[in-house]
Amino acid sequence: MMLTASSGHKGLPSMPAVSRTPVLSVRNVGVEFPTRHGLLTATEGVSFDIAPGEILGMVGESGAGKSLTGMSVIGLLEPPGRLSAGEIWLESERIDTLSLRERQRVRGRKIGAIFQDPLTSLHPLFTVGKQLCETIRYHLGLDKKAARARALELLNQVGIPGAEQRIDHYPHQFSGGMRQRVVIALALAAGPSLIIADEPTTALDVSVQAQITALLKQLCRENGTAILLVTHDMGVIAETADRVAVMYAGRVVEIGPALDVIQRPRHPYTQGLMNSIPSLKIRAEALNQIDGSMPRLDSMPQGCAFHPRCSFAGPRCAKQRPPLAAVGENMSAACWLHQGGVNGDA
Amino acid sequence: MATPENAEIMVVADKVTCLFDVSAPLLNRLIERQPRRTLRAVDGVSFEVKRGTTVSLVGESGCGKSTMARLLVGLHRPTSGEIRFPGEGGRPRVQMIFQDPYASLNPRWRVRDIIAEPIRTLNLRSGEDATRDRVDELLVLVGLSPRDGEKYPHEFSGGQRQRISIARALATEAEFLVCDEPTSALDVSVQAQILNLMRKLQQELGLTYVFISHNLSVVRHMSDRVAVMYLGRIVEEGEANAIFANPQHPYTKLLIDTIPNLEDPNRDRKPLGGEVPSPINPPPGCAFNPRCGLATDRCWKERPELMRQSDGQNVACFVADTRIPFEETVLVSEEV
Repeated sequence: MMLTASSGHKGLPSMPAVSRTPVLSVRNVGVEFPTRHGLLTATEGVSFDIAPGEILGMVGESGAGKSLTGMSVIGLLEPPGRLSAGEIWLESERIDTLSLRERQRVRGRKIGAIFQDPLTSLHPLFTVGKQLCETIRYHLGLDKKAARARALELLNQVGIPGAEQRIDHYPHQFSGGMRQRVVIALALAAGPSLIIADEPTTALDVSVQAQITALLKQLCRENGTAILLVTHDMGVIAETADRVAVMYAGRVVEIGPALDVIQRPRHPYTQGLMNSIPSLKIRAEALNQIDGSMPRLDSMPQGCAFHPRCSFAGPRCAKQRPPLAAVGENMSAACWLHQGGVNGDA
Repeated sequence: MATPENAEIMVVADKVTCLFDVSAPLLNRLIERQPRRTLRAVDGVSFEVKRGTTVSLVGESGCGKSTMARLLVGLHRPTSGEIRFPGEGGRPRVQMIFQDPYASLNPRWRVRDIIAEPIRTLNLRSGEDATRDRVDELLVLVGLSPRDGEKYPHEFSGGQRQRISIARALATEAEFLVCDEPTSALDVSVQAQILNLMRKLQQELGLTYVFISHNLSVVRHMSDRVAVMYLGRIVEEGEANAIFANPQHPYTKLLIDTIPNLEDPNRDRKPLGGEVPSPINPPPGCAFNPRCGLATDRCWKERPELMRQSDGQNVACFVADTRIPFEETVLVSEEV
């Protein structure tokens, strides 16, 4: 497992050296939207690495920029949204500057994608076999027969019972969980080294969610595929991710090993987030709530974006934005509390 | 919150069944000889809700919990069985809180008018000044400011809109709220705000809630009693603490086991297979039998009824023992 998010890239404090070449390396990436009222900065200074076979969870509330980060990696940012800064490296190839045609080669071949709603990810008028074969033939150049054999193998691999019959069925003939398995098979079709899974279990029932996350984990382990798992569900992260990055208002505020972030969060926002989740074990009289809501893009506060809701905020928080810096051995947090206090003035 | 032992009963669902006709159109039936098909959305569901308490209905999609919510507020009529309000003064004012706070507020109306509409329609205040004061009071009650009344719904976040929905429901002087997944569309930190607000309002105003959710930890936090539904039927019903501490039905156990535990996550989970079958064509016997590890031959032939167990939970499962028929126990509790 890799140690920290921002290993050795300039602008951020240097971190312990990485042990393996990362599959994906996102460096200081930002996304912006030009509008009539000026430029809106949606995300800024997002940096992380994912090692082969590693699952990096990315959590945050809606609008925090976690999906945008996933989309910018695949190169599917919806215009007018665009990258404002930074570099994205996939297996030592820079991919954010590729042309559209080159990008299509990378997408699907090297990066697979799984989205929230399996029904909209599949074409309703083609059988799942046809859709799988098309992807396999486009990326791997196999003939019809070999492609179909590979499609069958994939369907078996993702645990679809009776794959020989099911391969000729249409998406509407599958249940939600089975459809999501088909989408996973599609993402795996060309043997990618990275999968972007954007809320892959959110549309599914709880008992099926566990099946899908277990499947993702198993595939990741077997094939050494790296996964960027974007979700708002801390439970999914706790059971699936190796490391987790917490996003707030377009920035990574905390990153570290999943269990450390969940059980001993350092950033006040992560602490508030964890405390606001009702527990199955103890019934509290009232839940701990974080008052207020995340600032809108057009009214970002100065300094730390969380300071208006933060109970530890001091004068420094309103003026200066804290950088993401190491706290303890493996974790990093963007908070003045861990970087010389909230009262100082640098 | 302890349930008052002799609290007045607010609502009784008595063997409520709701069928939907999902047949193909007439011509297809005639030409292709397709039979009529019915979907048993809710099938013989009985429970009661005491005044000032919260009963939650939990289950996965297609289990009939939302249909039950609509039956309780009168948006559907039961095909058989009935919903009774035994309290003095007949039917209480019932209101519903919906899942999607973006779809349930009129985007062209100011918030003040949205909240004032029930007050005007039901003539609850005489004159515009009194209505205005009442709207201000409601806005403050749900944690907004009277100034927010002049804004339109799009100017609010999801959590604030859900506060507006609650204010509108309370504007009718409702005593009984049916909440259908009220926090499912919200982020967790905002969800905590809304759940806290709902608990506070319940304590201050003595509201009665039927809370519909698929999220067990939210249900655990909100409920006095819990009914677990599977394919239109209640498979387990009882006091919330008892159900979470000691689930009896294999389906309840499965649901509770699949919830990730943040304190001690099970990272090597062996998930159970299977999904909810179609309610149009449910399996014979106990509907849970295809997914159940304990199923016997009897489970494929007979359907278990909801029976009271010695520890007070009601369970519909042949494998659970020491059972007394549920009907008898209901009669006993009514005599008390």
